[in-house]
Amino acid sequence: MATVTTQQVESRVIETLASFGPDQSQITRQATFEELDIDSLDLVELAQVVEDDYGVVLKGEDMKELKTVGDAIDLIVERAE
Amino acid sequence: MAGADKKQVVVTGIGAVTPLGIGAAPLHERWAAGECGIDGGAGACREFDPKDRLSVKEARRLDRFSQFALVAAGEAIDQAWGEQSPYDPLRVGCIVATGIGGIETVETQHDVMRDRGAKNVSPLGIPQYMPNAAAAAVSMKYGLQGQMYGVVSACSGGAHAIGSALRMLQYGDADAVVCGGAEATLTEFGFACFNSLQALSPTGISRPFDARRDGFVMGEGAGILVLEEAQAAKARGATILGEVAGYGSTSDAFHLTAPEPSGGPASRAIELALSDAGLSADDVSYVNAHGTSTQLNDAAETVAIKRALGEQRAKRIPVSSTKSTIGHLLGAAGAVEAVATVLTLQTRVIPPTLGYEEPDPELDLDYVPGEARPLLIDNGHPPAAISNSFAFGGHNVALVLRGASA
Repeated sequence: MATVTTQQVESRVIETLASFGPDQSQITRQATFEELDIDSLDLVELAQVVEDDYGVVLKGEDMKELKTVGDAIDLIVERAE
Repeated sequence: MAGADKKQVVVTGIGAVTPLGIGAAPLHERWAAGECGIDGGAGACREFDPKDRLSVKEARRLDRFSQFALVAAGEAIDQAWGEQSPYDPLRVGCIVATGIGGIETVETQHDVMRDRGAKNVSPLGIPQYMPNAAAAAVSMKYGLQGQMYGVVSACSGGAHAIGSALRMLQYGDADAVVCGGAEATLTEFGFACFNSLQALSPTGISRPFDARRDGFVMGEGAGILVLEEAQAAKARGATILGEVAGYGSTSDAFHLTAPEPSGGPASRAIELALSDAGLSADDVSYVNAHGTSTQLNDAAETVAIKRALGEQRAKRIPVSSTKSTIGHLLGAAGAVEAVATVLTLQTRVIPPTLGYEEPDPELDLDYVPGEARPLLIDNGHPPAAISNSFAFGGHNVALVLRGASA
């Protein structure tokens, strides 16, 4: 699999989260899922997209630790390497 | 429960999403004006766009039937009390029926599974298509923490929801209940199933009680009412739109889809509802019929009405069917029709059975042909009406609604 860049993951994650409801301008690396009203169901959907695109499998226990958008991006990039 | 012990229950809010538009008022006004919401053999809510009325998050988490319910509930709650509920949230219930549930979600996610594999099925599938999803959505959005559930009884679900809400209030288990029904079954699979059953009109015309009636026309939408215990509603100065005075329900135990032809169990439901309301056939000024436009229902319902009210009295009561203007909304039908009946009693305008032109010699009641007419009352009391709902499975439900006291 071709190397995945942080930038690619970041834009895919932001695009996906924006489709769940929050305004795209609010979705920064520092924004917390709580602030964005992103809940556990949204994160399961995000995990499906990530697995489809990057082959990275994120389980419930992985997601529990995630607090911010940046946390999610970093985890995905780390696992994709 | 003895009549004297029962609490009185009033209607303080109504809301609807129907093929005649968004809102309760357009449903009654357009129907009374003779407008038909059916087009191309279906009653679709063409004016409904979730983006206009729901957030992105709400819209994408709700199947279309729950979207209808949430919008109708918003209208009803806004009319009843607006932003701030006057009651302890734990004393406000929520009962929303559906005949089928989120069938569009089932179809879409089943396609995903076949095309892209089971792992790609949305985690929102179950919470969207479960039949209690509409009730849950209304409860969550409006903070209703009393008893909350969906009702499943096919085409009588909406009426069962109102009847169950009435009992909850009569017994003192709640101060208010948001109740009704929602349906969105105008999908490829929905049509295929009802067509196979030969239940739908091949001509695409809904003309209840007419000799040429050849099946029902499927519609979609939602109807929601806010019911309150009367003393509490009056004490807080609520505007009373009407009263849910009685509820009766029986079952045919006869056939999966055909009504029991003697009309015995169905007429008993009407008698029970009148008795619950403490009224007699002489007090009834209008019947909002189930009137599906199928051969069997309209014949059996006519027999049941005559049996319950007495042949002579029944012939003097105007009977019209909301399904002539919006089609059959299945699990939402009873609730939307109750909303229409509340407005009929309030405005004293009886909308007609549209398309009723050729009488069937066997069906000999006054089906309000042609155009709307004034609702007449002869005893000076607030007028009373019966709203009937019957369903596949053999369910019979009658509600007695009354106009508000002057």
